[in-house]
Amino acid sequence: MEYLIGVDAATVRRWLEGSAAVLHEQRDYLTQLDAAIGDADHGTNMDRGFSSVVEKLAELDGSEPPGRILVTAGSTLVSTVGGASGPLWGTALRRAGRALGDEATFEGAALAAAFQAALDGVVELGAAQPGDKTMVDALEPAVRALKERLDAGAPTAEALASAREAADEGMQSTVPLQATKGRASYLGERSIGHQDPGATSTALILRALELAVATEQ
Amino acid sequence: MSVATNTMKKFINAPEDVVKESLAGLGAAHPDLVRIDLENQIVVRKDAPVAGKVGLVSGGGSGHEPMHGGFVGLGMLDAACPGEIFTSPVPDQMLAATKAVDGGAGVLHIVKNYTGDVLNFKLAAELADDDGIKVESVLTNDDVAVEDSLWTAGRRGVGVTVLLEKIAGAKAEAGGTLDEVAAVARRVNDRGRSFGVALTSCVTPAAGTPTFEIGADEIEFGVGIHGEPGRRRERLAPASEIVAEMTEAILSDLAPASGANLLAFVNGLGGTPLIELYVIYNELAKQLAARGLTATRSLVGNYITSLEMAGASITLLELDGELTELWDAPVHTPALRWST
Repeated sequence: MEYLIGVDAATVRRWLEGSAAVLHEQRDYLTQLDAAIGDADHGTNMDRGFSSVVEKLAELDGSEPPGRILVTAGSTLVSTVGGASGPLWGTALRRAGRALGDEATFEGAALAAAFQAALDGVVELGAAQPGDKTMVDALEPAVRALKERLDAGAPTAEALASAREAADEGMQSTVPLQATKGRASYLGERSIGHQDPGATSTALILRALELAVATEQ
Repeated sequence: MSVATNTMKKFINAPEDVVKESLAGLGAAHPDLVRIDLENQIVVRKDAPVAGKVGLVSGGGSGHEPMHGGFVGLGMLDAACPGEIFTSPVPDQMLAATKAVDGGAGVLHIVKNYTGDVLNFKLAAELADDDGIKVESVLTNDDVAVEDSLWTAGRRGVGVTVLLEKIAGAKAEAGGTLDEVAAVARRVNDRGRSFGVALTSCVTPAAGTPTFEIGADEIEFGVGIHGEPGRRRERLAPASEIVAEMTEAILSDLAPASGANLLAFVNGLGGTPLIELYVIYNELAKQLAARGLTATRSLVGNYITSLEMAGASITLLELDGELTELWDAPVHTPALRWST
């Protein structure tokens, strides 16, 4: 029997720590994907950034609400990553955190609103649209799936599982696309046939969220 | 067959220490011109902030030395923010640099058109604004090898950046307001175009292997300063043919007025000796003369590099009276230095 359980600060921390772990594990894979169409630093940059997030979280006193934790994590990414992924993921987490405010737990509509805010932040800063072969190709369908499932009354964990599936499909959909943003765009048609590293790390981070929430429930 | 320069054979201690140790060396070699803030990883003009003068801040990934740290000093930049090799610096560095050089007249951010640089400088400008510092940003996007269209991130900022930093720096030194300095900077970008070619790849210390493979008898036309691919790859040809194509690519896009005065900048990408750069300049001068154009000013040397890449770029800037005067103004930095 499913009943509503809010996502709390401990879950958000587990998500960020899980993201750091999987990005560290997949660092070389992400860098290989980036070497093919970019500048071979995506794995290193994301690993460095999320490791710093974990260090930063350890300095917090434990009383911070989920929104505050996400803002801190976002600011840490902006300050440590560089490249394009730092400002983009940093902005995503900061916007999500601000949307959540100071509530101790959140679910349903607030979760959807936080994800929408994250996506809006990324699109606004990076000016990328679906189909441009970027992280938006994973994030946008994930947010759409999440909202649809939550609107239909699905429990949080199930909605997040759908979001992760949509992100995975979005990630795979980048393979035949031609990049029109970032360094990969200089390749023109030669970017076709390669999976986008930003969409890949996005799918990994959403998988970490699914796991963090599933562990809770 | 591999080319000797493509193997990892570098004067380093550890890959992760290269940027900071090189900055420390720059500071140790030129204590009269710059100071190094290692914690914030920035290079600051020795006497910054200069009261009442517009501050000029530039930055980007490392690996392009002497750009930008070597251009900090009188008549050019007030601060430089070097990121990791080929990775944009972070907003914290840019904000620290902006604060360090704000003499009350505002600060100009000079940004090369790469997604990472653009995004990080944008966030830094917002942070500076929160602190009450007036910031203007100018973008350089002069590489004609990239088609400027909806299908790309736009043209890359390359050789024009060096000329812009010199000319805008002179305008600021002469007492120009933030708007005036930004306007001159934008004029330089509008009137300048570049094109680069590579004979070998660079090797980043972190990767330890060549960024791209290129045959011993091949040349990449339109290469970027991070080893980004260009328009196409060809069999290596005589310098005269290579320079003819480079010149045509630039001039067909720049379309200078007939009889225009140009600043001709032949730049080495790090691994090409000066003797070859002058061979290129000689061919360029012939190409310009054949079109009724005159290079009234010139710059030849390694100024915006790509680690040890063998290759060169040509930048042509259509001068006017004021730009010529500002180019001639005194400059005293680690890498560029002349008096009137």
